[in-house]
Amino acid sequence: MSRPLDADDVRRALTRIAHEIVERDHGSGHLALVGIANRGDHLARRLAAEIERIEGSAVPVGILDITFYRDDIGMKAEAPEVHETRIDFDLNGATLVLVDDVLFTGRTIRAAMDALMDFGRPTRIQLAVLVDRGHRELPIRADFVGKNIPTGRADDVRVLVREMDGEDAVVIEEAS
Amino acid sequence: MNRHLLSMHDLSAEDVIRVLDTANSFREVGTRVIKKVPALRGRTVVNLFLENSTRTRISFELAAKRLSADVINFAAGGSSVSKGESLKDTALTLQAMGADAIVVRHSSSGSPVQLTRWVEGHVLNAGDGTHEHPTQALLDLYTMREWLGRLEGLRVAIVGDVLHSRVARSLSFGLVKMGADVTLVGPPTLIPPDAPRWGVSVGFDLSSVLPKLDVCYLLRVQTERQRLEYFPSVREYHRLFGLTRACAAQLPEGSVIMHPGPMNRGVEIDSEVADLPQSLIEEQVTNGIAIRMSLLYLLLGGGGSAGAGAGEEEVADA
Repeated sequence: MSRPLDADDVRRALTRIAHEIVERDHGSGHLALVGIANRGDHLARRLAAEIERIEGSAVPVGILDITFYRDDIGMKAEAPEVHETRIDFDLNGATLVLVDDVLFTGRTIRAAMDALMDFGRPTRIQLAVLVDRGHRELPIRADFVGKNIPTGRADDVRVLVREMDGEDAVVIEEAS
Repeated sequence: MNRHLLSMHDLSAEDVIRVLDTANSFREVGTRVIKKVPALRGRTVVNLFLENSTRTRISFELAAKRLSADVINFAAGGSSVSKGESLKDTALTLQAMGADAIVVRHSSSGSPVQLTRWVEGHVLNAGDGTHEHPTQALLDLYTMREWLGRLEGLRVAIVGDVLHSRVARSLSFGLVKMGADVTLVGPPTLIPPDAPRWGVSVGFDLSSVLPKLDVCYLLRVQTERQRLEYFPSVREYHRLFGLTRACAAQLPEGSVIMHPGPMNRGVEIDSEVADLPQSLIEEQVTNGIAIRMSLLYLLLGGGGSAGAGAGEEEVADA
């Protein structure tokens, strides 16, 4: 098991991404963040706090559960577990940054974009991820990346967040 | 979870929690501008309603449509059933058309079980005779948990014609499973003799039970199922077991009033009581859609069925 990012690395990566979002989206109308459950939402809230610190204005944050939009429903023995969705703001005309922990096949992001379109019509959607581990199956790329980590297809890449796991880190369990 | 939902006995306490928790997410979907998700795209749900029902059928229809499933409504009148087709032949026809799930309402107890022997799809019992009505019980459990914050230890009275009520049976089984404290109240002729075996108490005096309740659950007086006279008159029933304004005043602060509908205003419940803020009858209807979405999703969203795809193989996440 390796640990390519520890708590300080995670903090620095999020701070940098926050600066990049501010730089890229400054003056582009209303900015909003939507984190993908189950860990992206925590990262989104931290990015929002950081952006608020830099710019002095609050950024709305939503939580999106993409379960109902997955392309593999009915393929596993059990129906996938469902989490909460809460988007309390109008995302019509917003510059929306989707936030997730790991970018892998791209299928979650495809599902997330379909889900967001059901909530309204954002002006643009960008993608921020803490880790890009490669092995894309769809033509999707991230706009903001904490760290690119080359991995094996079968490796288990996990982002730990202190809100759920008690610590911040990225750990990789290599496939045997 | 079991691949069919025929009875509350098909669900463990853990399953019940899962159904209620998943329904929470579907409640949120119901508040969106676009109240539809693609979860069951391409699946076919057949509503086989061989006994009259409006709200349950509409609720199931809306639930399946909000999950993007294709819905076929099959009712007794105007179908081949009125030409004398047997349940088995109807089932085999639906099977041949590729129904992934059959939602069945039938006046004969046990017909959903029979159906599972003929079809490969999932069977959901939407009310069979005087046996069970599990989706009603689940939406009631959801509503109670939502308003009172828990199920364990809740004191619930189910009042009225328990004998003919599949709702009362399913709800009692569900509540007992979740650790609630259930009392059946009604005329002795309408309390099933085997009720003590359900793990519930029995009472015959409504006003002595009312002050200790969290939930007062009223049953419809089912005139269509009463072939014999079980009580002398509707007026007497109303006086002894109807929830009047004065009775409602005996309920403790914070308790709620529920009814599975359709109500007979002025019989089991006074019209003004039905419209009190602590009466959750409309909430029950709203929650019914979310619960049925949850059940369809959990039953059809798993592989479950014999020939269903990937099975063991892990489907890429993230």
